[in-house]
Amino acid sequence: MRITQGCFSFLPDLSDSQIGAQISYCLNQGWAVALEYTDDPHPRNIYWSMWGLPMFDLADPAGVMQELQACREANPDHYIRVNAFDSTKGWETVRMSFIVQRPADEPGFRLVRQETGGRNLRYTLESYAVSAGTEGARYAS
Amino acid sequence: MGAPDTPQQILDPKKRYQAGVLKYAQMGYWDADYEPKDTDVLAVFRITPQEGVDPIEAAAAVAGESSTATWTVVWTDRLTASEQYRAKAYRIDPVPGQEGQYFCWVAYDLDLFEEGSIANLTASIIGNVFSFKPLKAARLEDMRLPVAYVKTFRGPPTGIVVERERLEKYGRPLLGATMKPKLGLSGKNYGRVVYEALRGGLDFTKDDENINSQSFMHWRDRFLYCMEGVNQAAAQTGEIKGHYLNITAGTMEEMYRRAEFARDLGSCVVMIDLVIGWTAIQSISNWCRDNDMILHMHRAGHGTYTRQKNHGVSFRVIAKWLRLAGVDHLHAGTAVGKLEGDPMTVQGFYNVCRDTCTKQDLPRGLFFDQDWASTKKVMPVASGGIHAGQMHQLLDLFGDEVVLQFGGGTIGHPMGIQAGAQANRVALETMVLARNEGRDILNEGPQILADAAKWCQPLRAALDTWGDITFNYTSTDTSDFVPTASVA
Repeated sequence: MRITQGCFSFLPDLSDSQIGAQISYCLNQGWAVALEYTDDPHPRNIYWSMWGLPMFDLADPAGVMQELQACREANPDHYIRVNAFDSTKGWETVRMSFIVQRPADEPGFRLVRQETGGRNLRYTLESYAVSAGTEGARYAS
Repeated sequence: MGAPDTPQQILDPKKRYQAGVLKYAQMGYWDADYEPKDTDVLAVFRITPQEGVDPIEAAAAVAGESSTATWTVVWTDRLTASEQYRAKAYRIDPVPGQEGQYFCWVAYDLDLFEEGSIANLTASIIGNVFSFKPLKAARLEDMRLPVAYVKTFRGPPTGIVVERERLEKYGRPLLGATMKPKLGLSGKNYGRVVYEALRGGLDFTKDDENINSQSFMHWRDRFLYCMEGVNQAAAQTGEIKGHYLNITAGTMEEMYRRAEFARDLGSCVVMIDLVIGWTAIQSISNWCRDNDMILHMHRAGHGTYTRQKNHGVSFRVIAKWLRLAGVDHLHAGTAVGKLEGDPMTVQGFYNVCRDTCTKQDLPRGLFFDQDWASTKKVMPVASGGIHAGQMHQLLDLFGDEVVLQFGGGTIGHPMGIQAGAQANRVALETMVLARNEGRDILNEGPQILADAAKWCQPLRAALDTWGDITFNYTSTDTSDFVPTASVA
């Protein structure tokens, strides 16, 4: 399967020049760009690991691309996403988020159905990769 | 303006309170020199006085009948601070290009309204004045709600920011679809459509306004099968998905029962119809706050009073009331789809939903600055006769903070529902990518879509099927108020 979180997962994987153009857009909006990575892409896993702090006061997307390269080298089999944070009053949240690296093989999620009273079900998503491996060794190629 | 013989307020109490009938202006409901206070509730009505009725007297009557007045003098006024409680019409302007129609501006003292009650606000403002005989027609065009009053409402239970944080979806419009046919499917078949659409790439699917609990599909069946579809699609995409479960029912007790079942099944969103009424809306909004639930509002029935611009209530006012009453999603028009909507007028509705502080913008029908005082933002929903081939127009008109709903444009796809959903999602992501790259999507949009269709067969099929479909009819609800209009 292909996890379709993030802004552009239905498109072919973005090239570095496409990623750079999106980062430029974010910086032009005045948003702070941050990198995050994980090997637990459960849709309710909100807190991916931060690759450093959000890059405040940055004007050149090349700086982000350098950090992205370093993050990729340290985490070659992880999911990596670019987040852009808007501190404007009334927003104060992420305004854009897209995946820029994903493992070659994505085993996906099992839907666990717990049968309760009547015909009711309690649903849980379980990551096959997380169930099979410990942190850091889940998507090793 | 107005005729030079316009009656003035009678200040001598003996004459003012002598039993009998006075003009509304004589009773004190017209004051051309009145300077609205920051704490006043302000309203602009479009009125069409009957032949021979002085427009200033008509405006005074609107102020009177929507506040303290009755048709005759009553001595009991003298037991109160009646001067303060009288609404004041303070300005009228002829409507440009519409002979016999006037915009009349009315100020209401804040003390006239109960805190946190849209029912009370509307009982005054639109209570009986719209049936008043000396007016042929009346329309409430816009309102300014003072911060002091705004702060008495809790507003949307979730709001755009928290909704996106819960869904973990940012930087693009959300995608939805209304299940079709809207009536008649069994619960099992209905859940199939939900699953296919979400699995294909949509974020949300939706019950239609008139699906509640009918013989072909009882509500519990619908909820159970829809949540199976939602969770199955979430597992296969790794994304959070939702289905707007319509909990509209005959009584509040039954609505709460359905809401609780939706919550217990793990739904992230429930839906109501506007026809349930203001009090029911505020009650279910409170329930949603207590249960971490997104509240989707389908504006069923609004066209009966919002569409004709000489009579009724503008949708921009309904949108303001709904933001205060507390809904998270609100259908606000498409401009390019099958339903009524002049593009600038519709953009005005979107601004009301999303702004931190709405600025006066007469071409968009916004008569007042409106400070929302940190009231959460409402996510507008564009739904009704839109398709992937319009993606560049929709993104240009409405930006990112909107749910774009393609019902027929998903379910009617020649290759199936999943393909229809995929076509819409690819069209959307392609267009957002191109916009962010600095391309002129309004002009290059068709080419951008055609290029994506080269590698995405479902998008190709969607464009081949619907690419030329447009609904180019003249809008009835447009702004007449040109910025250069003379002021009284």
